[in-house]
Amino acid sequence: MFKILKKQELSPGIFHYDIEAPRVAKKAQAGQFIVLRVDEDGERIPLTIADFDREAGTITLIFQVVGASTKMLAAKNEGDSIVDFAGPLGQPSEIHENMGTIVCIGGGIGVAPVYPIARAMHEAGNKVISIMGAKTKDILIFEDKMRAISDEVLIATDDGSYGVKGFVTTALQQLVDRGEKIDQVTAIGPGVMMRSVVEATRPLGIKTIVSLNPVMVDGTGMCGGCRVQVGDEMKFACVDGPEFDGHLVDFDSLMSRSRMFRPQEAQAKDHVCNIGLGR
Amino acid sequence: MALVMEKHKMPEQDPKVRARNFQEVALGYDEDTAVAEAERCLNCKVPKCRQGCPVQVNIPAFIGKIKERDFDAAIDIIKESNSLPAVCGRVCPQENQCEKHCIMGIKGEPVGIGRLERFVADYQLAKNEEIKPIQFAEDAQKVAVIGAGPSGLSCAGDLAKMGYKVTIFEALHVAGGVLSYGIPEFRLPKDKIVRREVENLQKLGVTIEVNAIAGRLFTVDELMGEMGFDAVYVGTGAGLPHFMHIPGENLNGVYSSNEFLTRCNLMKAYDFPNHLTPIAIGKNVAVVGGGNVAMDAARTSLRLGAENVYIVYRRSEAELPARAEEVHHAKEEGIQFKLLNNPVEILGDENGWVKGLKCIKMELGEPDASGRRRPVAIEGSEFELDVDTVIMAIGNGPNPIVASTTPGMETNKRGNIIADEETCATTKEGVFAGGDIVTGAATVILAMGAGKKAAAAIDAYLKSKK
Ligand SMILES: Cc1cc2nc3c(=O)[nH]c(=O)nc-3n(C[C@H](O)[C@H](O)[C@H](O)COP(=O)(O)OP(=O)(O)OC[C@H]3O[C@@H](n4cnc5c(N)ncnc54)[C@H](O)[C@@H]3O)c2cc1C
Ligand SMILES: Cc1cc2nc3c(=O)[nH]c(=O)nc-3n(C[C@H](O)[C@H](O)[C@H](O)COP(=O)(O)OP(=O)(O)OC[C@H]3O[C@@H](n4cnc5c(N)ncnc54)[C@H](O)[C@@H]3O)c2cc1C
Ligand code: SF4
Ligand code: FES
Repeated sequence: MFKILKKQELSPGIFHYDIEAPRVAKKAQAGQFIVLRVDEDGERIPLTIADFDREAGTITLIFQVVGASTKMLAAKNEGDSIVDFAGPLGQPSEIHENMGTIVCIGGGIGVAPVYPIARAMHEAGNKVISIMGAKTKDILIFEDKMRAISDEVLIATDDGSYGVKGFVTTALQQLVDRGEKIDQVTAIGPGVMMRSVVEATRPLGIKTIVSLNPVMVDGTGMCGGCRVQVGDEMKFACVDGPEFDGHLVDFDSLMSRSRMFRPQEAQAKDHVCNIGLGR
Repeated sequence: MALVMEKHKMPEQDPKVRARNFQEVALGYDEDTAVAEAERCLNCKVPKCRQGCPVQVNIPAFIGKIKERDFDAAIDIIKESNSLPAVCGRVCPQENQCEKHCIMGIKGEPVGIGRLERFVADYQLAKNEEIKPIQFAEDAQKVAVIGAGPSGLSCAGDLAKMGYKVTIFEALHVAGGVLSYGIPEFRLPKDKIVRREVENLQKLGVTIEVNAIAGRLFTVDELMGEMGFDAVYVGTGAGLPHFMHIPGENLNGVYSSNEFLTRCNLMKAYDFPNHLTPIAIGKNVAVVGGGNVAMDAARTSLRLGAENVYIVYRRSEAELPARAEEVHHAKEEGIQFKLLNNPVEILGDENGWVKGLKCIKMELGEPDASGRRRPVAIEGSEFELDVDTVIMAIGNGPNPIVASTTPGMETNKRGNIIADEETCATTKEGVFAGGDIVTGAATVILAMGAGKKAAAAIDAYLKSKK
């Protein structure tokens, strides 16, 4: 059993959990994820390691309630436990000194997984410019944390309630326009966002890393459910990724595949609502 | 007494009924039938059956005990060489092993050795005997086992009985390996058999840690260093699914057999939404492949409600690698065999879902390296099979996570760990390996046998070091 040591609602439907998992914390690196199950009948869901504290032995998860499993997870309280927690999974982000100027882009909940990467980039002495995107100001998360490790932070909101009005790509364009020399972009967020970032950087020839989130089951390379087309190769995101060269990713197939279980997901959500969450 | 030339029939669920439920197909002999079947055994001086058994179970001896109705003695004899008889009695390909060589099989049907093995194993499990925990010595040496499949479980059991403190590290949240995630409930019940075998091992004193992915959470070097283990057994199986690399494999409605079976067996998607893992099954399903895995995926599809289920296999019936019994069961249940057909493309609709499987007809040519006649495409014979779900059951390779994080432990070209056939020793001192990770996808009995061999070799190794 894995205990929830801290629970905080960052903005409506977005939660911060610290989970007690000392061995995972000892090994965790930026870019990796875990797979958890809330209870004995639960499904295995992947969540990114948004932060880790090796001393305290904790892993921070930031998740958004979207369906049955995240709803059940959100119904837990501080001091409760979840049954399974496996990781760290996936390849760590490639981070070293002298990478130059890195633009770290997080869209929506994607700010959380981009944070440990941006921090590690910063700690390695690189220049970090962060772009945070949200629908509106109230649901922006991690702003203070991002500011603390970034040389500069740009914010984009769909409604213009904070920062520039528009998408993360609007902010990226501003950087380009002012002549900022960008060595790498790392973008994490919804498929559509990552695709538009990739399309924006492609003509500029800027190396762009994206972190993919296909549907996963085991997270260890056993099921192949997380396969994605990268260039002319089939890759398993859980073991070969989750980060890939964005210019090679087939986003259409990725986004289509993530809709494979839509009808069942709706049914599961109804079911969880009907039986109540304290099961 | 006249010889009975035929095996006593195995009581089974009616094919029409069972094709729609997940309960076990074969129901098992009762005592009298078991004894009557045992009576068929001639107790040969040179028992051919035993030579056909990969772990040389003393078959005539245990059958002899069944004749005497001394079932306890019978199971003790089996357990000298096989730690998982309730499993092997159900899933071993006996027709290629012990029963293939049985003298009775020359003029009639061989003795139902597998059925008798299952009978005594179930008899013992039903008795629910108390298992006495082993009293380990204070300074007992520690062995780590990676992977809780049949190979790891049997290695751990034997080592514990020799007095070693054993911890099994399993990546998934449930122990059992393929027995839990791959082989379906209707062939191998999970709660009744697999979980019981695992629990019995725990009662004996073996520690099992689930959610523990070797190569990620810790490395083999860390196990033998700061974690204080004196030896390591790697039994991580062949769990990396192959795809055909034909167009359309990323469409919705395409699964690897591993994903499909894992959703259904391990995650219990057949009981969705009580269990929350979803599975999407269409009306018409094509399963590509001809092995046990393909049969399991096909029969599972039927039970999930598919109307037409096809096995698409590029060779002919004679080359089907699946167990004869499973092919027979599949046919009885209404699985349709599309033999001598090879898929060339999966066709999709405008929403990214499968709408058909394009195949090409094949004929058998000259024998290939495996001795089987090589299938050759018949030019211009392409046709479309009307399906909305495609399951790829064309084999599994080794997962590289452990090997790639263990310097000094060598693998072959295919990525299988290189290990000594007799001792299971790898090229790294103190590290042993066996089962599918060494041999490539094989059988439960071979994986189990390797675990036992390795246990003996680890014992010898640790004694020599003391
Ligand atoms: C490597 C990786 C890291 C992720 N990190 C985060 C994170 O840090 N924070 C966060 O909020 N979300 C993250 N996700 C997404 C998260 O896993 C899904 O939101 C979650 O599984 C949804 O489950 P559900 O039952 O609540 O919703 P559902 O209603 O079941 O699904 C909603 C949508 O979520 C996706 N999804 C469903 N099941 C899975 C699954 N088993 N694996 C992956 N995606 C699934 C599908 O696209 C689906 O349409 C990550 C996904 C991956 C692959
Ligand atoms: C669908 C299907 C049907 C089959 N039917 C039959 C049959 O009827 N008869 C028969 O004899 N054989 C059958 N087989 C083959 C048989 O199941 C295997 O040969 C056997 O299970 C191999 O045993 P193993 O212990 O080597 O590996 P596995 O059973 O594969 O177990 C390996 C275990 O190691 C774990 N693992 C992997 N990597 C790590 C890691 N890094 N850290 C920790 N744990 C890890 C895995 O999660 C798994 O639990 C079938 C196989 C399949 C897939
Ligand atoms: S070969 Fe057949 S008849 Fe002879 S001992 Fe073995 S099981 Fe009995
Ligand atoms: S999640 Fe199963 S292989 Fe990646």
